[in-house]
Amino acid sequence: MIKRLLATWHARNLEFVRDRSTLIFTLIVPIALVVGMGIVFGGPERPLFKVGVLTSQLAAERDAFLHERYVDFVPVNDRADAIRKVGRHQLDLLLDPSGGDHYWVNTDSPKGYIAEKLLLAADPGAQRESVTGAAIRYVDWLFPGVLGMNMMFSCLFGVGYVVLRYRKSGFLKRLYATPLTSFEFLSAQVLSRLSLVMLVTVILYCGVAPIIHFHTAGSVLLLFCIALVGALSLIALGLTIAASVSSEELVGGVLNLMTWPMMLLSGIWYSLEGSPHWVRLLSQVFPLTHVLNAARAVMIDGAGIVQVAPDLAYLVITALAFLAFGAWSFHWRLE
Amino acid sequence: MNEPILDVRALVKRYATVTAVDGVSFAVNPGICFGLLGPNGAGKTTTIEIMEGILSATSGEVRYRGEPLGRRSREESGILFQRTALQDFLTVRQSLTLFRNLYARGHSVDELIKLCELEKLQNRDTRKLSGGQQQRLLLAIALANDPAVLFLDEPTTGLDPQARRNFWDLVQSIKSSGKTILLTTHYMEEAELLCDEIAIMDRGRIIAQGRPRELLRQHFAEILLELPRQDFPAQARALPLRLFEAGDRIEITTDDLDGTLRALMDARVRLTQLRIRPPNLEDLFLELTGSELRA
Repeated sequence: MIKRLLATWHARNLEFVRDRSTLIFTLIVPIALVVGMGIVFGGPERPLFKVGVLTSQLAAERDAFLHERYVDFVPVNDRADAIRKVGRHQLDLLLDPSGGDHYWVNTDSPKGYIAEKLLLAADPGAQRESVTGAAIRYVDWLFPGVLGMNMMFSCLFGVGYVVLRYRKSGFLKRLYATPLTSFEFLSAQVLSRLSLVMLVTVILYCGVAPIIHFHTAGSVLLLFCIALVGALSLIALGLTIAASVSSEELVGGVLNLMTWPMMLLSGIWYSLEGSPHWVRLLSQVFPLTHVLNAARAVMIDGAGIVQVAPDLAYLVITALAFLAFGAWSFHWRLE
Repeated sequence: MNEPILDVRALVKRYATVTAVDGVSFAVNPGICFGLLGPNGAGKTTTIEIMEGILSATSGEVRYRGEPLGRRSREESGILFQRTALQDFLTVRQSLTLFRNLYARGHSVDELIKLCELEKLQNRDTRKLSGGQQQRLLLAIALANDPAVLFLDEPTTGLDPQARRNFWDLVQSIKSSGKTILLTTHYMEEAELLCDEIAIMDRGRIIAQGRPRELLRQHFAEILLELPRQDFPAQARALPLRLFEAGDRIEITTDDLDGTLRALMDARVRLTQLRIRPPNLEDLFLELTGSELRA
């Protein structure tokens, strides 16, 4: 069994590596995206203040500050997490209207300084709590997003279209006539794509991180594990789509249906904090959201395995569920 | 008598609106080349794919060495499908290595390359092979496990005459090594050259089966005359001859050549373009179905 699996894995790897145009495209596009987006969004901060407000009720009627224009008031529930964001300059100020008008501001943040002046003008009695910490650049926040996006496309389209192409060309039918089992074939496809995606991701990480002066705060090994489990979940999702479909149009449509919501709602380009509740709820369905949540927690906040365990668990469960469904619904030939 | 290596019993394959195979039975003895002949849509490929274990039958069964099809038949069969694409970007040698590694036993890759005359092509990308070269590679892949039974489904369709002859030579050398070959074709010349036994299929049924020469002897007198239709006047149709219309030709079979020629001359039939030849399998098909072989 291992011999047959390795033979199929090796042949698929050769096919991928020799397809130079696809390989170059896979490497160049994410580098260009990170550098390009870093240049576009890495300049002066946008003139909008973002203030976190603790408690579910904004109590706007009794707090004049909450009527200020050009300030984005974001309701937050987790005090510790919100204070951490003030430290990272992700929130310019955090206000707790219910607790004696306490507020937290980063003394190193220029925008925090202005937001504080606005607050004190409206509510001179507010009590200050100081936070310190360096700002996170947009490019630091974007970097995991682009790595994840590249991984998503490579996993979904790389497996989905390849299996469909094999089926349409009759190559799957030819393999079916050999002792190769569907488990061996699917495992070889998953392992081949997984090893190539991981290789490309590691190359991109090692190549881009020095260019943008990025340093992972947490464990690189944990980050690798998150990418590995995330890629497995996304590859398995691609397999479920290609397992039994024989129309390129349908596979293309379904893959686009999967990738575009993930592109927009998994937090690749921007944070979903402040989005409607249903959007944040929907985003939790996508494996990519959990990949990026966990990766950013490790890369930016230095989170350990305990903090990212729920995301990892979700990715493992979805990977197993998709693999089981893909294997169950797999067809070798066109009917 | 030998036990058949393949035994097909009352095979039926129905799709939603069509019955592709309709109660086909035959047996294939070891070491022979068995041909399934017939026009497109006759049910040849469906029958052979059920025998290969690729398709399931609606009813009936196929037995391999007395056992139902299964792992053993799959391990001991080699298959060349009508249409097969290989993995892109792989060379001839790498494609052979892939398939060789899918079997527990078989020829070495070097042996396969030699067997199918692929020495000069072994490092070539498989997408850059000509039709004949591609078929030789697919034949080598079919032989990767040194199979006892080789299934060849219309292996020379689309090849030029030279590539076809070259392929026939390869099949004959494989046949001489004692392998059983099951061949589907609509080239009668191919069947006459390679097959020890044939079954002619039409509309999902077998309409004749046996050794080619015996079948021809059963159905034909020894000689066949061919004339252009325009040289055959209406009054000549009343002659007591066995006549068949075959497109723009009239065919006459007879065991009395002198008497037939005299009768034609008496009926003022022009004999300038008369051709005399022995009947072949295509004539047999015409005789059996009353229609042209639908290629």
